[in-house]
Amino acid sequence: MAANIPTNSQVQGGIGAAVPYTGHDEHHDEHDHHDQHWLFKYVFSQDHKVIAKQFLITGIFWAILGGTLSSLFRLQLGWPESTLEWLQPFLGKWIEAGKLNPEFYLALVTMHGTIMVFFVLTAGLSGTFSNFLIPLQIGARDMASGFMNMLSYWFFFLSSIVMFSSLFLETGPASAGWTIYPPLSALPQAIPGSGMGMTMWLVSMALFIISQLLGGVNYITTVINLRTRGMSMSKLPLTIWAFFLTAILGLLSFPVLFSAALLLIFDRSFGTSFFLSDIYIAGQALSNQGGSPILFQHLFWFLGHPEVYIVIMPAMGMVSEILATNARKPIFGYRAMIGSLMGISLLSFVVWAHHMFITGMNPFLGSVFMFLTLIIAVPSAVKTFNWLATLWRGNIRFTTAMMFSIGFVSLFISGGLTGIILGNAALDIQMHNTYFVVAHFHLVMGSSAFFGLFAGVYHWFPKMFGRMMDEKLGYIHFWLTFLGVYLVFLPMHYVGIAGFPRRYYAWTGFDTFSQFADLNKFISVAAILAFFAQFVFIINFFYSIFRGRRATENPWNSTTLEWTTPVVPGHGNWPGEIPAVYRWPYDYSKPGATEDFIPQNVPYSQTQSSNLPYERDME
Amino acid sequence: MIALGIFLLLLLLLVVFGLLFRIQILTSIFSGSSTREIGTSNRVNAILMMVFLVLGGAWFAYSFADNFGKMNPPIASVHGHEMERLFWITMIIIGIVFVLTQVLLFFYSYKYQHQEGRRAFFFSHNNKIEIIWTIIPAIVMAGLVFAGWKEWSKITGPAPKDSIVLEVMGKQFNWLVRYPGRDQKLGVVNYRLIDATNEFGFDLNDKSGLDDFTAGEIHVPKGHPVLLKIRSRDVLHAVYMPHFRVQMYAVPGMPTKFWFTPTVTTDEMRAKLGNPKFNYELACNQICGRGHFAMKLNIVVDEPDDYVAWFAAQKSFSEQNPDVLASAKQKSGGPVEKEVVPAATAAVGAQLNPAL
Repeated sequence: MAANIPTNSQVQGGIGAAVPYTGHDEHHDEHDHHDQHWLFKYVFSQDHKVIAKQFLITGIFWAILGGTLSSLFRLQLGWPESTLEWLQPFLGKWIEAGKLNPEFYLALVTMHGTIMVFFVLTAGLSGTFSNFLIPLQIGARDMASGFMNMLSYWFFFLSSIVMFSSLFLETGPASAGWTIYPPLSALPQAIPGSGMGMTMWLVSMALFIISQLLGGVNYITTVINLRTRGMSMSKLPLTIWAFFLTAILGLLSFPVLFSAALLLIFDRSFGTSFFLSDIYIAGQALSNQGGSPILFQHLFWFLGHPEVYIVIMPAMGMVSEILATNARKPIFGYRAMIGSLMGISLLSFVVWAHHMFITGMNPFLGSVFMFLTLIIAVPSAVKTFNWLATLWRGNIRFTTAMMFSIGFVSLFISGGLTGIILGNAALDIQMHNTYFVVAHFHLVMGSSAFFGLFAGVYHWFPKMFGRMMDEKLGYIHFWLTFLGVYLVFLPMHYVGIAGFPRRYYAWTGFDTFSQFADLNKFISVAAILAFFAQFVFIINFFYSIFRGRRATENPWNSTTLEWTTPVVPGHGNWPGEIPAVYRWPYDYSKPGATEDFIPQNVPYSQTQSSNLPYERDME
Repeated sequence: MIALGIFLLLLLLLVVFGLLFRIQILTSIFSGSSTREIGTSNRVNAILMMVFLVLGGAWFAYSFADNFGKMNPPIASVHGHEMERLFWITMIIIGIVFVLTQVLLFFYSYKYQHQEGRRAFFFSHNNKIEIIWTIIPAIVMAGLVFAGWKEWSKITGPAPKDSIVLEVMGKQFNWLVRYPGRDQKLGVVNYRLIDATNEFGFDLNDKSGLDDFTAGEIHVPKGHPVLLKIRSRDVLHAVYMPHFRVQMYAVPGMPTKFWFTPTVTTDEMRAKLGNPKFNYELACNQICGRGHFAMKLNIVVDEPDDYVAWFAAQKSFSEQNPDVLASAKQKSGGPVEKEVVPAATAAVGAQLNPAL
C-alpha cells in the first residue's frame, strides 16, 4: 500500500514550489539559504512556519485591540451614569460632554465582533496552526504552494490595514453589528458608520475572504497530496483532521459571504434593490422596491454558522492532541472523534436559519431548522465524553497547554449546553438577541476558541521559537483567565434570562431592565481584569521568544512527526529524508513498551514487546 | 502631575515584578527544579482544579439562587406559561449534564494527576460505551425537539379568527401604533405617502382606512387573543415584549405577525408586584441605530370593558387630519365616500364577547 503513495519529495518537485529544496544536506538549519535576502526570509516568506508566526503575531495585535474595544463598552455598560471624560484624549470627539457617543458605542460592539470572529479566531487561530502544523505533522517540506500561502497572509495583512484604517474615519467605522444586517448597513442616512466605514468593512472582508480561500485551497491540497510515506488518512493526528475539515468548511461557505457582500455593495453604490424595499428614511421615500433584508440574513448565516465551527474545530483538534499527550493516554475513540468532526462539518451547513427563527421566516422552516440544530448536539456530546474518557485513568502532567485544554473542555460544555435552549425555536422567541445569546456564544466559541489558541501556543511554542514559555507565568495566566471568563459569562446568563437586549447603550430607559445594575458592574470589573490578565501572556510570549529556556527536540515526549524535526526546523523542515510513518499518533503508555510513548515514525518491527496481536506482522 | 506620578508608580511596579520574575527563574535554575520534568506545580495545579470545582460550584449555585428572583420577568400571556415551563425543564436537563460533566472533568484531572511510576491505562476505544453515549443524547434531543416543535407550532399557528388586530410599526427611533377602527380592517398604506403628518402613509382613497386610528401606546383587553401586525418603515427593528414572551422582527417591505393572549391586566400586575408604577414595555431588540436602546412603547392591558371604552373614545386619523383626506380626494379625483359602520361600542363589544 505504501509503495503507491508518491514520496513527498517527488510530489514537491512536481508541484514546483517556488523555492526548490531538492538535495537536502546535513547543515540544513536556520542558517541555510544565506543567499536569501532578509526581506524574503522574514517578510515575504514562503516558509509555512514563518507565515504561521506572521498570522500569530498579527492575530495577537488584533486580539489586544478587540479586547480594548470590549473594555471600553464594558465601562459604559457597568457605569452608565458616570463620566468618561478621561477617555477624551484617546477617543476625541466620540466623547460628547463626558458621555460615550451612542453611535460610537455601536461601532465598538461591531468592531469587537468583527475583529474577534474574523481577524483573531479565524485568521489568528486557524491561520497560525493550520500553517504551522499541517506540513510538520503530515511530514511535508512545506505547503503545496508556498507562494499562494504567502499571498494568503498578505491578503490578510491588506485586509487588516483596511479594517484598521476604518477605525479612524470621521464618520466612524462600521456600526451595524458584526452581522451587518441591511438596511441599517446599506444606508448612511440610518447610521453614519454605514458610510465610508461600511465600505471599508466590505472591502476589507472581500480581501479577507480571498486570503481564506487561498489558505484553504492550500491546506486541503497539502493534506490530500503531501502526506509522507505511510501517513494514511487514518493515521493523521486529530489536529490535521480538524484543520482539513475546517478548510473545507471555509472553502464552501466564505464564497457565500462574498456574494452577500457583493450584493450589499451593489445596493449601497449602484442603486440595486437586493435587500431594500419600501423604505422611508430621513424624510425621503427611497425608490428601492422588491428586495428582502431576510435574503441577506440567509446568505450571511450560510457562512456565519459554519464560521463558528471554522473557529472552534481547530481548537477541538489541538485540544484532543494536547489532552492525549499530557494525559499520556491515547485519545479515546479516535474514529468517533473523526466521525463527530465530519458530522459537525456536514450539519453546520444545514442549521444556519436557527439564527433567524423570529425574523418572520415561515414557521415550518423554523421547525426544520430546530430539528437539524438539535441533532448537532449529538456529535458535540460524543466529543465531550471522549475527552473525559481520555482523562480517565491517565497520568496527567499539568503543562500550561494542558490546563488550557482542560479549561477548553469546561467552557465548551458550559457554553454548548445553553445552545440546546437557543436552538429550540419556541424558547428562542424569548431568548433571541438577549444577553443569554451573548453569554452562550462567548463561552462556546469565543472563550473556548481562545483557550484552544492559548493551549496551542503554549504547546507548540518550543517548535516555533526553539524556547520554552515560562510555566509559572503560564499558570498565573491560566487561572486568572479561567476565573475571569466564568465570572464574566455565568452572571451574563442571568441578565439574559431577565431579557436584557444586546447592543443596548444603556438599559436605564426601561423599568423592565432596571435590576442588575450591580451585576453589570460586576461583569464589567471581571471583564476588564480578565483583559489585563492577558498581558501576563503577552509579556511571557515576547520575553520567551528571546530569553526563554532553550527547548529540546521533543519537550513533551509526544508522538507526532513535528517533534522529530530539529529544535528549530529550517526551511524544508527535516534536514535529511522525511521520516516515514508506521502507526497512529496516539501510542501513549502502550503496555509492554519501554517508554510511555512511541512516535509515529517507529516501525512495529522495532517494538515487538508492545505490539498488539494484529500488529505483529506489520512493518 | 498626578498622572505622571501614577505612570511612574506603574513603571516601578512593573520593574519590581520583572525583577521578582527574574530572581524566581534564577533560583529555580540554581535549585535544579527547572530541569525536573514534573515538579511540585503539578500537584498544586491538580489541587487547584478541585478547589476551583468546589468553590466555583458553590459560588455559581449561590449567585444563581441569589439572583433567581430578579431573573424572571413576570409572565402575562397564555403561551408564556408553557414556554416558561419548557425553558426550566430544559434548564434542569442541561443543568444535570453540566454538573455531571464538570465534576468528572475536574475530579479526573485531580485524581489522575501524574504519579511517579504509575502508567496511564492504554484504552483506545470501546464501541459499546460509545454507542451508548451517542444514543442517549440523541434520545434526549429527540424529546426536546418534539416538545419544542409542539410549542412552536402552537405559538406560530394561525391566530384565532376573533383576534383583535392592531399594527405596530417601527421607525428610527420609536414605535407607531395603528388600530383598524370600527370596521376591523386596516386600511391600505403606501410608504411613498409618508410625511410628517401622515406617518403611516395612509392612502385615504381606501375606504377601510378612513376609520383607522393611531395611538401613543398599545391597549389590549385581557383574556382575548391579540394579533400584532408588524412592519418597519426604515431599517430592521424587533418587537420584543418580555412579559408576554413575544418577539418578532419588523422588516421593511415584509410584514410579519405574532399573536398572543394577555392574561394579566396592568392594574393586576401593579398590585401583584406591589409596584404602582409598573408598565408592560415593548423594547426594540434588533440593532437599528443611535436610539436603539431607547425605543420603548408602553403596553396597557385593560379589562375588556375598559378596553371597549378606550377604543370608542379614539378619533380616527382621517377625522383628525382633514387635509390628508382632502389631498387624497384631490389626487384620486373622485369624492371619498364615508363608509357606513356600526356604532363603535357595539362593534368592539360584539367582537370581544359574542353574547353581548
